[in-house]
Amino acid sequence: MTIPALELKEVRKTFLKKKQKGRLSRAKREEVVALEKVNLAVQRREIFGVLGPNGSGKSTLIRLVSTLLLPDSGTIEVFGHDVEKEEFVVKRLINRVSVDAAFFKKFSPMENLTYAARLYGMPIREAREKMRQIMLRLGLKESTFTQPMENMSRGMQQKVAVARGFLTSPTLLLLDEPTTGLDPQSKRDVQAFVREIREDHDATVLLTTHDMEEANRLCDRIAIIDEGKIIALDTAGGLKNLVSKRNGQEPTLEDVFIELTGTRMEEKERDE
Amino acid sequence: MSAIMREMRSAYAFVERNINLIKRYWGWEIVWLIYSLVNSLAVTYIGAGMERISGQALDTQYLITYLLVGTLIWSYLSVIFYAISEMIAWERWEGTIEYTFMAPVSRPTHLVGTTLFAIGYGVVRTLVILVIVASFFHLDLSGANIPGAVLLLLAGSVSFVGLGILAAVLPLLYPERGAQMTNAAAALLLLISGVYYPVETLPAWLQMIAKASPATYVIEGMRGCLLHGARTVTLLPTVFLLFSAGIAVITVGLIVFRFMERYAKRTGRLKRSG
Ligand SMILES: Nc1ncnc2c1ncn2[C@@H]1O[C@H](COP(=O)(O)OP(=O)(O)O)[C@@H](O)[C@H]1O
Ligand SMILES: [Mg+2]
Repeated sequence: MTIPALELKEVRKTFLKKKQKGRLSRAKREEVVALEKVNLAVQRREIFGVLGPNGSGKSTLIRLVSTLLLPDSGTIEVFGHDVEKEEFVVKRLINRVSVDAAFFKKFSPMENLTYAARLYGMPIREAREKMRQIMLRLGLKESTFTQPMENMSRGMQQKVAVARGFLTSPTLLLLDEPTTGLDPQSKRDVQAFVREIREDHDATVLLTTHDMEEANRLCDRIAIIDEGKIIALDTAGGLKNLVSKRNGQEPTLEDVFIELTGTRMEEKERDE
Repeated sequence: MSAIMREMRSAYAFVERNINLIKRYWGWEIVWLIYSLVNSLAVTYIGAGMERISGQALDTQYLITYLLVGTLIWSYLSVIFYAISEMIAWERWEGTIEYTFMAPVSRPTHLVGTTLFAIGYGVVRTLVILVIVASFFHLDLSGANIPGAVLLLLAGSVSFVGLGILAAVLPLLYPERGAQMTNAAAALLLLISGVYYPVETLPAWLQMIAKASPATYVIEGMRGCLLHGARTVTLLPTVFLLFSAGIAVITVGLIVFRFMERYAKRTGRLKRSG
């Protein structure tokens, strides 16, 4: 049996959240279960989607794999390496792109990516060439490479974030809602790039989204996650087969979600 | 070999990042430089005006040099302290903390890079202030033991690197208030370390605390070198003490940092907000 690219066993993660109470009584802390005993195996070269409403635990899942959070219990392995015990081996294998394209905003894309490349110990001349290539491939104009990031649109910043994530050639790329808030064209550019990464570079991709269509279009398999639990896991087609045809129409992933949880995805969305 | 190269490159990331930050926020940089400069001048003028204040004949020249040494050394040490303590604060402000903590960089490497920058920056900044302040006052360093002073300052830097790491933990745990807390810590060091007056001037209980501040020994030793031309041999015990205390503080700092980093990862505090 080959080792999966990513394997989660019985992973549980809770947070203590301050609950705003009356002024005089002490702020009470409430336990929030972000992930409840999650089991998951992602195979090599798979584009694996995690689909769920806001607050369902998608980002927590990604952060646990990225070594940014430690699980309460359970184990996580990346290509057979334990995320906690072999932290640095895992760190070299992964990279992560998240919704909030966080950068030094007064730095240019080149400066931000140079910082990233150096952190990963890359020889800088090769890295610079690679940065240009990736950014051009993502549809960014050469003239923006040396402008401060704060002058760029959200879509352009997100593309730089994708470039940063891919710069270090991760074998497991973690994408946390990489296209949320992007215009349709940028969305397509990023999606095409994700597919290309898998085809040309044999990378495995774990992608979270609350965009049904994106999951449908990109992912080989999809896990639907709700309130920290994986409630279904299959190919898009397999998931749709869970639901019977209505009025002769093919069911959508949205229909699957409604069928499984009894609510619409949007209604589910709780504030983060 | 290639592993060492990789660590060097990683360490240099922090040097380059900090230099870029100075370039991009040069307005703040100038404001802060002027603030330090004016501060140094103001303190030194207390010495220059002491005859008028007290109405008695005093060795004004000695007073001026005494205060000048204090203010310049403090300026250098506090810059080291702040530059190190800000290694996390900047990432908090810009929101990049998760990306830096996800990178395969060990905390000691992170620290080496930050320290290289901090010392270079501290030296350049202090020299600029020194040159300007010296043009206001007549500074007589003819009898000074300069090599001894440099040695002492290097040994003192080590301790301040350690204190900086301890302070850097605060922004890790407290996203909003962390950076302000370091200001309070620096102010306390300034009060107790005999920067502008002999430690013996302080009440007994503060003198006790002063003994624990590395700045106390650096400044006392520097005055010995620069005002009295103390010979290097006589400084060696202090240099040794500062150096070993510094290594101890750095070790403790790294252990505390590691522990708190794990705590932050357990409780979800690396996240951008909240
Ligand atoms: N760092 C954190 N501190 C406290 N609570 C958190 C933290 N991260 C996530 N949570 C909580 O865990 C739950 C899942 O959040 P998250 O994983 O961000 O969901 P999603 O990415 O699917 O929107 C939410 O209730 C959220 O408030
Ligand atoms: Mg999220």
